[in-house]
Amino acid sequence: MGSTTFAVPETKRPQNVDRSRIGWPLGFTIASVVIVIFYGFVLPFLVPDVRTFVQNWMPLNQINDALIWAMSALGLNIVVGYAGLLDLGYVAFWAVGGYTAAWLMSDFGFGQKVNFDVLGNPNAGTVGGIHLNIVMVFVAAMAVCALMGVIIGAPTLRLRSDYLALVTLGFGEIIPQVFKNGDEDGIGFNLSNGTVGIGPMDTVPALGINRGEVKFGNLGPFDHVGRFIIFSLLTALIIFISLRIRQGRLGRAWLAIREDELAASAMGVPLMRAKLAAYAVGAVAGAIGGVAFTMQLGQARPDPFTFSVSITLLAMVVLGGMGNVWGVLIGALFLAWFNSVGLPQMGNSINDTFGTHIEFPSFSFLIFGGALVLMMLFRREGLLPESRTRLVLHEGATGDSEAEEPDQELVDQADVIKSGEVK
Amino acid sequence: MSENPTPGWSAVAVEGRPPALAADNITVVFGGLTAVKDVSFTVPDQGIVSLIGPNGAGKTTFFNVLTGLYGTERPGRVVLDGLDVTGLAPHKVAALGLARTFQNIRLFGLMTAEENVKVAMHSHLKSGVFGTVLRLPRQRREEREAHDAALDLLKFVGIGKSAYEYARNLSYGDQRRLEVARALALRPKVLLLDEPTAGMNPRESAEFVEFVHRVRDELKVSILLIEHDMSVVMRVSERITVLDRGEKIAEGTADEVRTNPRVVEAYLGSAAADNHVNIDDEPRERAS
Repeated sequence: MGSTTFAVPETKRPQNVDRSRIGWPLGFTIASVVIVIFYGFVLPFLVPDVRTFVQNWMPLNQINDALIWAMSALGLNIVVGYAGLLDLGYVAFWAVGGYTAAWLMSDFGFGQKVNFDVLGNPNAGTVGGIHLNIVMVFVAAMAVCALMGVIIGAPTLRLRSDYLALVTLGFGEIIPQVFKNGDEDGIGFNLSNGTVGIGPMDTVPALGINRGEVKFGNLGPFDHVGRFIIFSLLTALIIFISLRIRQGRLGRAWLAIREDELAASAMGVPLMRAKLAAYAVGAVAGAIGGVAFTMQLGQARPDPFTFSVSITLLAMVVLGGMGNVWGVLIGALFLAWFNSVGLPQMGNSINDTFGTHIEFPSFSFLIFGGALVLMMLFRREGLLPESRTRLVLHEGATGDSEAEEPDQELVDQADVIKSGEVK
Repeated sequence: MSENPTPGWSAVAVEGRPPALAADNITVVFGGLTAVKDVSFTVPDQGIVSLIGPNGAGKTTFFNVLTGLYGTERPGRVVLDGLDVTGLAPHKVAALGLARTFQNIRLFGLMTAEENVKVAMHSHLKSGVFGTVLRLPRQRREEREAHDAALDLLKFVGIGKSAYEYARNLSYGDQRRLEVARALALRPKVLLLDEPTAGMNPRESAEFVEFVHRVRDELKVSILLIEHDMSVVMRVSERITVLDRGEKIAEGTADEVRTNPRVVEAYLGSAAADNHVNIDDEPRERAS
């Protein structure tokens, strides 16, 4: 007994094609290759003025730093943006990842005179310590952090949002303290070498490009191009994971939890398991960020792992557009650059021009805070909000040839959301 | 499939099939307040039954016990298709085949209609983190099947053309339909509809009655309704249970219930009961 009014109109639009499949890897590769060519082969041979200008405003070393921020922000985006769990202690995963790397690829060896070498780490055999291959270090750090995520998450994820935020804040404070006091645990076991930290880290064999010379070898402190290649590959990996997982069963479950926890559980989504998975995947990205961070720093010390790291990462996610990988990526790159290069440089220019002596970098948090407040007032969905992603990508020249007509529908939806309708 | 849409409830229940859903001696106490008191209730296999009662009668609380949101005092039991689901978490009860819609629509607003439906397939899909990231063949097949099934369901409820709209952008009626489609994606044995016609006009409500029958007949789902609209209740239900102040005061067919003095009293007061008024005589006031 079919009823006519509930009859079935045909679907007009074709199946949702994954249009970014070729688009983004191509764009990302092109951008990376351009940077590599520019900094490796072109910049060293330019006239000194240009060279100084680029070194001042866009040093490759800071781009590398920015990529590390971006990796971690993308990981935090999985927790905060996808699953809607406010995490104020993400720095804990950075610290754990970083220290895991330091344990596994330095002369430290927990104060014991061991010499443990696996799979050809070039630094093995000098003093002692554990020297794993860098790939294994990454895998180990990811595993440790995923486990940490589950251990931290299991008791806390039952809490509702505000309480969860407080507990994560606590963990973000505790973990670095553990490392800071890890040499005074009272049983004589040296966990982390205390405030001195663990270092120097083993150098990593990779493709290095220096003043137009390409060679494979251990990366020195000034082999920024070599590190850039590694970091951009890692960033691409995290983007890849973020995008893929967003479209699967788990990604849908996370969005559903973010939208309406109760309805999600009534639809058969196991809340705890889904949240734990979000935590673990986010922690894995944090581990990658942490390893890259210690790799860049050359050692693991407790003092960089502060609350402000968590907050800065969160600001990157929020400013960029929670849930949208591209927004978060751009937000992270921009904020990291602004923080380390942009603000001091602009400050210098202003000081030079007006003859003032203002310490601009010390105002960074004021500016951050102001920007966040303004964002919340006028553009709470972030610079690149999630729902507009496809639209924005289509307009961009990311090499996407089948850029169809810019979906009026999506434009409209974006406008509705933009108009600040509070959920 | 093409039989008479409204057989009497006895016609369905007689054949000796076990009930799709049975709740025995459900009691819910909030602090000192007994919201539901010792209510027993069954949904026959492929039956359509309604739960009615004035505001505050404990209907929604009772619903929440069935779906696992609230617990019940001992020795209350909820048995779904022969399986004791008392005290199980809501997502487990849902995965075992008890789907629901919500009185105030609770869709995932910023997800498309198709995604909304696919969320409810969570418990039927298997791929994990690695399968999804690597897009293994099994995961791709699973996703394709889920996609097709979602579109079929959306067509079934009549919003196939809006599959890629965000749920929050759908019209009110379409959102109601999407909620049903989403609930059906759980492949439920029992579908609980919490005031499904709230906010619908009489014509839409009438269509809805037919729709409920179609769901039952084509998908072999048993249906339990909470409803305020008496015209809907009387037309759709094969059996009606009436709650008042947490207690079951009547049970039976539409005719039995509408003339039951206790029911009339609960709804319209004792004066009306004395005058032999029926509860669906009055022009209905729109709930919400």
